[in-house]
Amino acid sequence: MAAEQRTWRRPTAFGRREFKWAAYVGLVAFFLWSALGVGVDPARIAQGIGRGLTLLGDFFPPEATPRQAQRIVDKMVESVAMAMISTVTGILISVPVAFMAAENLSPKPLYYLNRGFISLSRALNAIIVAILVVKAVGLGPLAGIITITFKTVGFFAKLLAEDLEDIDMGSVDAVRAAGASPVQTLLYGVVPQIIPRFAGLSVYRWDINIRTSTVVGIVGAGGIGSVLLTAFNRYSYQYVSAILVAIIAVVLVAEGVSAVVRRRYQ
Amino acid sequence: MTLDVTDLRKTYPTGDEALNGVDLSVGGSETTAMIGPSGAGKSTFIRCVNRLTEPTGGTVEIDGTDLTALDDDGLREARRDIGMIFQEYNLVERLTVMENVLTGRLGYVSAWRAFRRSFPPEDIERAYEILETVGLDDMENKRVDELSGGQRQRVGIARAVVQQPKILLVDEPTSSLDPETSNTVMRLLTEIAAEREVPVLINIHEVDLAVEHADRIVGLHDGEVVFEGSADELGDDTLDRVYRGGDPPESRAPNASEGPADDDAADESVVRNGVVSADGRASERPTSGGS
Repeated sequence: MAAEQRTWRRPTAFGRREFKWAAYVGLVAFFLWSALGVGVDPARIAQGIGRGLTLLGDFFPPEATPRQAQRIVDKMVESVAMAMISTVTGILISVPVAFMAAENLSPKPLYYLNRGFISLSRALNAIIVAILVVKAVGLGPLAGIITITFKTVGFFAKLLAEDLEDIDMGSVDAVRAAGASPVQTLLYGVVPQIIPRFAGLSVYRWDINIRTSTVVGIVGAGGIGSVLLTAFNRYSYQYVSAILVAIIAVVLVAEGVSAVVRRRYQ
Repeated sequence: MTLDVTDLRKTYPTGDEALNGVDLSVGGSETTAMIGPSGAGKSTFIRCVNRLTEPTGGTVEIDGTDLTALDDDGLREARRDIGMIFQEYNLVERLTVMENVLTGRLGYVSAWRAFRRSFPPEDIERAYEILETVGLDDMENKRVDELSGGQRQRVGIARAVVQQPKILLVDEPTSSLDPETSNTVMRLLTEIAAEREVPVLINIHEVDLAVEHADRIVGLHDGEVVFEGSADELGDDTLDRVYRGGDPPESRAPNASEGPADDDAADESVVRNGVVSADGRASERPTSGGS
């Protein structure tokens, strides 16, 4: 037995305890600096809650005239159609981008080019993209379709590329060893390994696109968002809540479908 | 058909020298077993033959054609004649048994026909026959991920054999299998070799299996051939050389301070380390690193 009692402390993930405390202090300081910087005023928060509650009363009950209801339906159909079109076009573009952005399948220059494109697509929020696209192609659903397609590529190609990087290269070797051409190697060695993920991601992205297609209209890129904006500007809050109910209903249905399909496939 | 490998070298980009000039000829319908410890370069050697791994030097000739000089199309054509079987089976798990077997015929059909799974009837017929040979009748529509290890390796064998190869390269076929299944798989391989009159080159680290099934044994240590001969010629000293890089007995200088006791100790350690026991069989399998 050792004469001296030995002690043990769990090693910290930061390497040294000093770093750990420095990191925590830094985090708190950053938070305080942010809050002071933007002028978060507790008095205003309290006031806002009161006003918010009054406003909430104006929202009830949701109400739309037959003409407004018709408009909600029309624009909602437009949103869903936009989401559908951009999901398909987005995935069609994503597939080659994903293959070129997979480190194990693509030469370095192509890899960096496509990873760069994916990062660009992910860096810009849909609303920012929509503002730019509306400037370029004008108001309407076309702008929304281009926006959502662009966003789909960033999401879909990134996740698919990561799955491609995780495939079992042994199977690929075996297909190559039989004398298969590069295209055949993709068809037999690579594609079967990613099909389930592909199906799951497609449905998941479709559901995200439905949500996105309901907001891009706010900047004039088509869909239900434009109706929402007009209603807000006219202070017709009951109409606004009718629109919100419609959006929530559609998004919930889409999420439900997406969840069921993904559970079946993955 | 003969495979002639001359001065084959492979240095990995990391600087690891896996092969330091290996010469080897395989022909007729003999089964050659390549033994050696993990990291000796056995897998690298086999993968360099069909250029799944690109060798950095030397030549690989099959019936006089140098594979290392071929362009992509030529290499694909040459690979059709080389069947390969892998340690981890390397099947495509989400495809059916039949699709995996037909993968062996990809070199003969267009990408479009392959995509539609429309293989020539004679290929399908051949695939069925081989599935029967390996004992997988009526399994053609099972997905590979439903199969056991032994069954998977049979699919792997069927995939290689359906190529109607002129040579079979087999990389550690039994490392992932239990001893009983290992034996069956080895027997199947040698039977196929005899029946189809193709040479088989098998990487294997289980010395007992090599001794039992192979006509000829090649010992690899540190990327160099240190033994070549029949199973009977494989003694404890040779095994020591293959597995621990020991010097050949005649040149081994006994340590002066320990005198003759050193030799006894060395022999004992051979037994204790489990590589080989008195009858020349491995009493315990050295671990595989999937080298």
